[in-house]
Amino acid sequence: MATERLFQIKAISGHVGAVPGGGMQSDLEVCKLVDVTTCIGCKACEVACVEWNKYPFRETTFDNTYQTMPSTEWNYWNLIKFNEHQRADGTQMWLMRKDQCMHCADPGCLRACPADGAIVQYTNGIVDFNQEHCIGCQYCVSGCPFNIPKFNSATKTVFKCTLCSDRVGAGLEPACIKACPTGCLHFGTKSEMKELAEARASQLREQSGFPDAGVYDPSSIGGTHVIYVLHDAKHPELYGGLPADPQIPFSYTYWKWLAKPIGLVITLLGLLAIVFHYIFTGPKRPQPEAGREEL
Amino acid sequence: MTTSAEPYGEITQRDFGGFGRTVVHQGELLRHPTYTRFLHWTVAIFFFAALLSGLAVYAPWTFGWLAPLFGGGPMTRFLHPWFGIGFVIAWFFQFLNWRQLMSWTEADSRWLRNIRRYIKNEDRIEAEDVGFYNGGQKVQFWEILFGGLVLLISGLLMWLPEISGRILVAISYVLHDIFALIMLGGIFVHIYLSTIGQPGTFRAMTRGVVSRAWGWTHHPAWYRSVTGRDPREDCEAARRRLSNRERSATSVERADAQSTPQQSTRD
Repeated sequence: MATERLFQIKAISGHVGAVPGGGMQSDLEVCKLVDVTTCIGCKACEVACVEWNKYPFRETTFDNTYQTMPSTEWNYWNLIKFNEHQRADGTQMWLMRKDQCMHCADPGCLRACPADGAIVQYTNGIVDFNQEHCIGCQYCVSGCPFNIPKFNSATKTVFKCTLCSDRVGAGLEPACIKACPTGCLHFGTKSEMKELAEARASQLREQSGFPDAGVYDPSSIGGTHVIYVLHDAKHPELYGGLPADPQIPFSYTYWKWLAKPIGLVITLLGLLAIVFHYIFTGPKRPQPEAGREEL
Repeated sequence: MTTSAEPYGEITQRDFGGFGRTVVHQGELLRHPTYTRFLHWTVAIFFFAALLSGLAVYAPWTFGWLAPLFGGGPMTRFLHPWFGIGFVIAWFFQFLNWRQLMSWTEADSRWLRNIRRYIKNEDRIEAEDVGFYNGGQKVQFWEILFGGLVLLISGLLMWLPEISGRILVAISYVLHDIFALIMLGGIFVHIYLSTIGQPGTFRAMTRGVVSRAWGWTHHPAWYRSVTGRDPREDCEAARRRLSNRERSATSVERADAQSTPQQSTRD
């Protein structure tokens, strides 16, 4: 995408050597704040997302809830997850959570990706897919703790939310933020959003009777560039399966950057061992060998 | 001339015995019939196609340059599983072809205990009880069977992530790597020993034959079974003939006041 020129690059998937221009400029980290307590489930953000990204509206699936479809799709990047939750005191709550790419500080998709340049992380925190470099292996799907990257079987490439990198690069807020009628979505720098989220969470704790209210910004993946204010931060799973402790599989962390290269080097050393065997021990020829007795 | 086709399974013998033609000259023994050679090279082509396309994805930081050979990244990724399927199918027929020959015996355990002597090349000729295949070859055969199964299953799980889910894919990713490396190490040894490491072996997979001397040197029990002769005695007889010839050659040379020893034909 054209945004590569607009943003400073922080990390590139499957890339040999240093990141071009890395560390040359500082950039403010952007952040989307989703205050689930004020979401009314209107789906304006869903519509704004498909509209801005010029995708046709998908067929919806009715499953007796207020959710448009079971999960995000390759051309449907933004979905309000719905859960009817029965609380301990017998009262009911409708939990709505805007599900989309979390733009992790330590992105599992980028770690898993073997294709040079298919996944790029900018210094402002946006993690973007470049489909023209995607080889369609879907390792990113396995690396993501939030089930976000989705495979398009027609193009054999993977798609997900771009945090509207095209809009952000032009100084605009993401389309979903623009469309939100209740002010439950905010966009700004990470530190500002964190501050706003903490203020809202303490308001919920102290004035609204939600003693477990808190901010979701999981440290297991270095934090995210989409953060939530939850009524019950101790049970994020209630909000459409938000993982309490999101983890990148071992395969794409220590295995990939440490064990894999070492294993390859050890195996290739086998070639050296064979050369040495040939030099020091020599070939085994059919017997008897002419001239061998004299050696 | 007796042939080595006898140890092959009856079904293979019946269905593929007439497949192709192998010319066995004087002083040679039939090692591999055409059907076996056909399977071997089919397996080899698929193996290397899968290996090279796999390496491009395994280590893009070192072997990324292999991807253009297969038509670029997406094409490499698309073809790799199909190369794997081709390998598995061709190898399955080779497994049926060889499974009886590859059954483990007491002699193979003895061979494996003495592997140090084999590596150091301390025995001029192999132990009396080494048959059509030695213990090392059988280890490699079963390693490919087991490794191939792990690669097949883990590969299918990674190929169809919609069905397997992200955790199984992540586990498969590691297993696929480990067994690919084991088989890569195995192929180094295999190619070395079948070419420069043991001269005279390669033509067993091209023309399908080996020399008698190769037979009594590397697979004495097999030599005995196909020729009905004693491998050690034949080797000693050949040695006596050779040293007689060398002695007479040396005396001729001495008469001619030349120091270069006569080059005798060798394999």
